[in-house]
This record gives sequence, structure tokens and C-alpha cells, in this order.
Amino acid sequence: MFSLSDTPLWPAAFRAVRMFVLSLLAALLLLAPARAQSVEDLVRQLPEGSFSDRAAVVSQLAATGDARLVSLLEALAAGDLNVVEETGAVVTLSGRGDPLDATDALTGEGVGEVAKASVERIRVNNSLRRAVRAAIGQLTVMSPNRNTRLSAAGAMFQAADPENIPLLDEAIAQEDDDGVRRAMEEARAASMLRTEASADDFAAAVDVIAARGGRASLGILTSALPAASDEARPAIEAGIRAIENRLALLNVAQNVWYGISLGSVLLLAAIGLAITFGVMGVINMAHGEMVMIGAYTTFVVQNVIRVSFPGLFDWSLAIALPAAFLVTGLIGIAIERGIIRWLYGRPLETLLATWGLSLIIQQAVRSIFGASNREVGNPSWMSGSFDFYGIAITWNRFWIVLFALAVFAILLVVMKRTSLGLQMRAVTQNRRMASSMGIRTPWVDALTFGLGSGIAGLAGVALSQIDNVSPNLGQGYIIDSFMVVVFGGVGNLWGTLVGALTLGVVNKFLEPYAGAVLAKIFVLVFIILFIQKRPRGLFALKGRAVEA
Amino acid sequence: MITQRLLNALGGKVLWVAAILLVIAVLVPASNLLLPVGHPLRVPNYMVALLGKYLTYAMLALALDLVWGYVGILSLGHGAFFALGGYAMGMYLMRQIGDRGVYANPNLPDFMVFLNWSELPWYWWGFGNFWFAMLMVMVVPGLLAFVFGWFAFRSRVTGVYLSIITQAMTYALMLSFFRNDMGFGGNNGLTDFKDILGHPVQASATRATLFAVTAIALAAALLVCSAITRSKLGKVMVAVRDAESRTRFIGYRPEYVKLFAFVVSAITAGIAGALYVPQVGIINPGEFAPANSIEVVVWTAIGGRGTLYGPIIGAVLVNYAKTWFTGAYPELWLFALGGLFVAVTLFLPKGIVGTVGDWRTRWRDRRAISAAKIAPSGTDDSSDPPKVVRARSADPAAPLGASKPQPAE
Repeated sequence: MFSLSDTPLWPAAFRAVRMFVLSLLAALLLLAPARAQSVEDLVRQLPEGSFSDRAAVVSQLAATGDARLVSLLEALAAGDLNVVEETGAVVTLSGRGDPLDATDALTGEGVGEVAKASVERIRVNNSLRRAVRAAIGQLTVMSPNRNTRLSAAGAMFQAADPENIPLLDEAIAQEDDDGVRRAMEEARAASMLRTEASADDFAAAVDVIAARGGRASLGILTSALPAASDEARPAIEAGIRAIENRLALLNVAQNVWYGISLGSVLLLAAIGLAITFGVMGVINMAHGEMVMIGAYTTFVVQNVIRVSFPGLFDWSLAIALPAAFLVTGLIGIAIERGIIRWLYGRPLETLLATWGLSLIIQQAVRSIFGASNREVGNPSWMSGSFDFYGIAITWNRFWIVLFALAVFAILLVVMKRTSLGLQMRAVTQNRRMASSMGIRTPWVDALTFGLGSGIAGLAGVALSQIDNVSPNLGQGYIIDSFMVVVFGGVGNLWGTLVGALTLGVVNKFLEPYAGAVLAKIFVLVFIILFIQKRPRGLFALKGRAVEA
Repeated sequence: MITQRLLNALGGKVLWVAAILLVIAVLVPASNLLLPVGHPLRVPNYMVALLGKYLTYAMLALALDLVWGYVGILSLGHGAFFALGGYAMGMYLMRQIGDRGVYANPNLPDFMVFLNWSELPWYWWGFGNFWFAMLMVMVVPGLLAFVFGWFAFRSRVTGVYLSIITQAMTYALMLSFFRNDMGFGGNNGLTDFKDILGHPVQASATRATLFAVTAIALAAALLVCSAITRSKLGKVMVAVRDAESRTRFIGYRPEYVKLFAFVVSAITAGIAGALYVPQVGIINPGEFAPANSIEVVVWTAIGGRGTLYGPIIGAVLVNYAKTWFTGAYPELWLFALGGLFVAVTLFLPKGIVGTVGDWRTRWRDRRAISAAKIAPSGTDDSSDPPKVVRARSADPAAPLGASKPQPAE
């Protein structure tokens, strides 16, 4: 049979109900006057009565949960709060001499000048200060809002004020969000390091700070080191070492990311060249100009969108990609049909003719669009950055890395899996044999060159997001692109990928030690030496096809 | 007898060009200095400096022709040797400023005072001495070419690969010279020169002398290059150009042949740069720009490579066109230059000199044929037209045998 007393569940349930009712009553009692009186009214009551009356008002203020009160209460604890005798307004004072500038303590708005004689300071004693501190805690680290608590804990970490420790202890005991509790514990530990705490507490605090990592923690530990007792010292030193190691590791990771980011830009710029130079053996010095035309296509597409379809702006890059591919691809086919096909087998002449073309294209773009930089906007999904385990990654770089890899993968599929790719490879390996098998070699040549140029146009769309769009855009990439292709091995797409990423990462690792320019010089010299050692690049094609 | 052999060794047309240069070396300064201002035949001061600049460019093109036209090395970094020679000269001229600089420091050039350097870096030592500086004008580019060529040619880096790494070389040098820490004046380079060998650089007499020296140096370089290309070594050079592997199998060492030509060419380019700097009055890292080096290639290509005197004509013509265009239609110059690149490679693969030579050959052949038709009963076999043609095409100085394309890489 059930009885009220023999199941253990009931007393607990009963207690819970009782607690609920009691707290409801208490809340009603507390809230009723608070409801009736606005925050402003309560603030006006602050100067009145005894210290204990003020403490009561402070706790009522805390119960309102108004975030504006934090600075007011801090001013009160510091003894900076004044009341204007005529109006009863509670203000903080600034300026010198007489009259002083008054600022409303609650809203932070200026309320004009007041004479020194017409204001009176709101006095505080130690018990009132304790009440104020508790109220601040209630408004911050014990606020029902998670983000308020988190930012309060962060502020206390920065302040590292030993007076916050009791408050933090209380808050930690109540906290049920892991992230916020960790932040509070870190704030407590930072504060603890400023006190004469026992060695055990000290060591525990050092552990917490060391586990947090980051430059701020390093600063706290370093500043705690001189004052620390002898037994605490080894723990702090170990903590500093641990943080430094982690920072070094993070630094390496950040450099790797920068390197990959630079490498992906190089990859984008070089991959079209890997087709025209690597597969066809045509030195296209106008390749950089194809990139530039791609960037200008983006500019034109964005302008059209801005004028006619402002709502589509976030899609502008997606629209610019096929446009740029088509424009540069068609220009590439025209160049191949018009000039390059007369120069097959004469690579040096091709180099000169395409260089001349690049001058013409640059000047043409300069005449049409002007010599100054053109503004290409970032869509919303490409601006800003995010944090990845302590590495700051900007969205535009992130998307460009993905885009470069995607272009690479698509190109690989085109070369290995489509009939066009098959024909391209056949023509480059043995033109006459391919021709005898019925492949229209001139057609394949034109398409190959168009493909390479079109990919340069795609690169231009991406580079318009991170570089200045000017007629000289392409020139900055042409030498780097050739270095990548030659380093990776001509005629090998994988070589281009590895070459681009290697050069990017090496460049970024040298930069902190040598500076950007010297790093670039080192990379160039390295490539020059490397080519002496392996004249056919990292991944050379084997066989008679490449024998001189 | 000996004179006759010497003349043969140097080549007829080359001798003519050298003679013309020597005449110019006398006439231009004389007209500038002796005729009164305003005389219709007087060469104005600015024109002396301009012509002097053209001649240094011509010397650079000649240097490139020696390696490109005769050994088949397309260097896209010859501007680097030119600029290094120029910097060596510029350093001498900087040391001559002494305490007349803005900061009036007797030991340090202005830019070093500006960078708070306390003493002269070691690589500036000795540049106060003219002969040491002139030695460096030749040694620095020559040494760079030797080291670069030693590695590149021994590893058999050829064709476009070589072109690209020469471009990388000049690009790397440009980046280095742009750095202030290098101690070569960074971005601004070396300028504000006062004296050369005690004579003020700006004075018209000095300029006229510099012009004469440039013209004579160009003539001398032309003769030296001609002597090299007409020697047995020159024949091996052409063999390396046309069939490197075959030459190697016969038993020659193509890498040494290439290295020799490359070093001689670099030294010539360095001298050209040294003559360029006092006439232009400035040397800065922009001279290392890869675009400049490629422009030199087009001068050579337009004039006609493998002819030695063709590049001289090409350099002067293109640069004159550049001066005219940038004055009259500045926005059209790049169109014109780019168009020249394309047109020359498509329609004038032998350049002006080679094409004119072709026309002349064709015209002579036609005359010979018509002469043979008029006198069919002639007993002398030597006027047989095919023979004339064969003799023509066997000319060793013929630019890149028309029937034989350059070996594809």
C-alpha cells in the first residue's frame, strides 16, 4: 500500500514544492516594491537614510537586473557618486575647478554643469561596500543571462582583483554552464595569483592559468613570477614553459595556414599555366593578363548587379565565375588561333609574342577602365573571420583555399576522365599519331589553350577578393606562377599542387625570420638552385617524350 | 696579307657598322661642342645624352645577340648584368660626391646618413678609385654570369627553363636592391652625381666625351664579338645552338662554350650599364625589372638576331620610336611595343637585317636567272643560278638557317 511517508520520493517532492512556494512568496515580496518603483526612483532613494537603508536600496537595485547599474554601483563603491541637492539627481562629476561637468550616473548622459557647492557626495562605509560588491556580482557573474556572466568573468580575469575571489567562489558554486564556470575559475585563478595564498592554492591557480594558454595568461604568470614564493616558483616556471610551447605550436599552425592560403593563391594562378605550359608546352606570358581580365569581369558583373539587381549581390561571385571563364576562355582560343598556332615548336618566339600580347592587353584594360585600382566588393559570406582552435581564419582566404582545391579537382577529372582530356593528352604526347587516329589536333589545341586561359579567368575572380584589381594585377603573379610550374614539374598537375603549397608554406615560414621580401628572394634563389639539381622539376615525366 | 685575313675574320658588314660608329663618335661631339647654339647642324645637348643612351642600349642588345643569336641561350635576365655594371659605376660616382651631399658627410653617401649608418659597408670599399670601379664593372656581372652559367649549363638546363630562371634571377636581384638594408640606396637608387674623373657630369664637354667613349666602346664590342663568332669557337657556338646533343656527341663540351659566351656577354652588358649611368644620371632597382630584360630581347629580335649589327639597329630604332611615342602618344606606346613583339615573331622571324638580306638575295637570284635567260649560250658555268643560291645559304653568319628551325625544347 502506498503511504505518504514510506516512499522516499515524497519528502523530496514535498520539499521542492515548499521551496517553490516560499521562493515565490519571497520573490513577490521583493519584486512588489521593485515593480512599483522604477530603477530611476530607486537610484534617487540612494542618498537618503542611513548606510543600512542604502544597503537595502542596493539589494533592491540588484534585483532589477538592469545592466546599466554596474557602472553606477562601481562608482558608488569608489565614492564617486554625488547627488545634486536641488534636483535630487544622482550624478558622477568630471572636470576641474568650479563648476564641474555632471553626468547622469545611470544613463551616462551629460546633464550640464553644476556648482561644487550644490552637490553632495554619497558616502559609503565598508558594509555598504560589501553590499555593493555583492550587488555587482548579482548583476554580472550571477546574472541569468549566460553571455553577461561570461563577459563578466572575462572582465574579472583581466582585472585579476583579489576582492572578487569570494564573489567568484559563490558564482562558481552556482554555475551550471561548463564554459562559464571555466571562465570564472580562470578569473578566480588570475585573482588568486595576486594574493598571498597558500602554496597549494597557488599551484592550483597556476595550473588553471597554464591550461588556459594564450598571451594574456603568459603575461599573468610572468608578472606573478617575481613576487612568488620559492616553492611556488617551479610551478609558475613550468606553467610559463607550457604556455610558450603551446603558443609556439599555435604559431606554427598559423604559419602553416598562411602558407596554405598563399599556396592556394599560387595554385590558382599557376594551374592554368600548368595546362598551357605544362601540357601544351606553350609559354604564355599573357597568362597573368588572363587572370587580370577575370578580375575585371568580376568588377563588371558586380557593377551590373549593383545597378540592376542589388538583391543578388551575394551571388555576384557565383555569376562572375562562368562569365570570367567564358570571356577569358574565348580570348584564349582567339589567341591560339590567331598567333600561337603559327609558332608551335618555337617556344622562345611564343614567349615573345605572348609577352607582346600581355602588353597590349594591359594597355587596353588601362584605356578602358583607367589605371587606378577598381573596387570589387566582398559578398557578406566572404567578409569577417572565424576562430579555429586559436587560429584566426578569414572567410575569404578560407573560401579561396576551398575554391583552389575544387578547381584543381575538376581539372584533374577533366584531364583524366573526359574525352577532351584524353585527346589533349594524346595530342601532347604524339601529335601525328593522334592526328592519324582521327583527332582534330588544331581543334584540341584551341580548346586546351582556351581551358587554360579560362581557368586563369576563374583565378582572377578569386584574386579580385584579396588583391587590388588594377591593370598590373597579372604581372605580379606571372613569375610566381612559372616558378610553381617549373618547380612542380612540367606536365604534371599534381606537381603543380605540391609545388604551389610547398612554395607557399616555405615562404610563410621564412617571413618571420627574414621579412617578406627577403623570404621571396630566398625562395627564388632556392628554385634557381633546385632547377640545377632537377632540371625537370619535382615530378618529372619519365620517358622519351621529355628528352631534349 | 695579314690585313686581308684580319678583315675577313671581322666580316665586311660588321666593319662598316663599326666604321660608321667611329665616325659618329667624332662627328656628334664635334658638332655639339664646336658649332654655335642654334646652328642647324648642331646636335643639341639633350640629343647627345639621348643618343648616348641609345648606344648603351645597343651594346646591351649586342651582348644579348652573342648568347641568343649564336648559342641559342635566350636570357631574360640580361638587364641584371646591365644594372650591376651600372651600380658599380654609380657607386664610384657616389663616392665622388664627397661632402657635397645634402648631409655634407665626407665619408658616407646621403642615403646611408639618412639610414643612420655609421660607416661604409665593406662592399663599398675601393669604389672611390676609378680603376677599381671599372674593374668591378666587368668583374661583378662576369662573376655572376660565371657562377650562374656554371651551375645552369652543367646541369643542362636549356631552352625555356633557362629563360625562366634567368628571369627569376633578375627578379630576385630587383627585390634585393629594393631593400634599404642592401646598402644600395633602396628604392631611390643612386643619383645626384657630381663628378666623373674630376669633370662635372652635367657639363656638355663631359657628356660629349662620354658619348664618344660609348660609341667607341660599342664599335670595339662589335669587333670583338665579330671576331669571336667568326673564329672556330664561333662555329662551335653555332653548332651548339642548332644541335647541342650532336655537338656533345662529336666530342665538344657545349657547357664550356656556352659559359664562355655567357660571361663575355655579361661583361659587355656590364660595360654598357656603366656607360649608361653617367649619361642618364641615375641607377635604380627598376633597371632589374624583368620587363626591361624582355624588351632587350625584342630590340635584338627586331634588328635580326645572329647578325651582331642587327641588334644595334634594332635597339636604336625601337628606342627612338619609344621616345617619339611617349612624347606624342604616350598611351599608344605599349600597343605599339606589344604589336612589335607579335609582328616580329610572326612576320619577321629574322628581323630587319635578315629580311632585307633575304630580299637582296632573291633580287640577285632573279637577276642572275634573267641574265642566264638573256645569254643562254654562255659557256661559263660559274653563273649557274643554283650555285649562287647554295653559296648564299652556306654563309656561316646567316641568321638561323632559314630552312632549319630552332630545335624545339
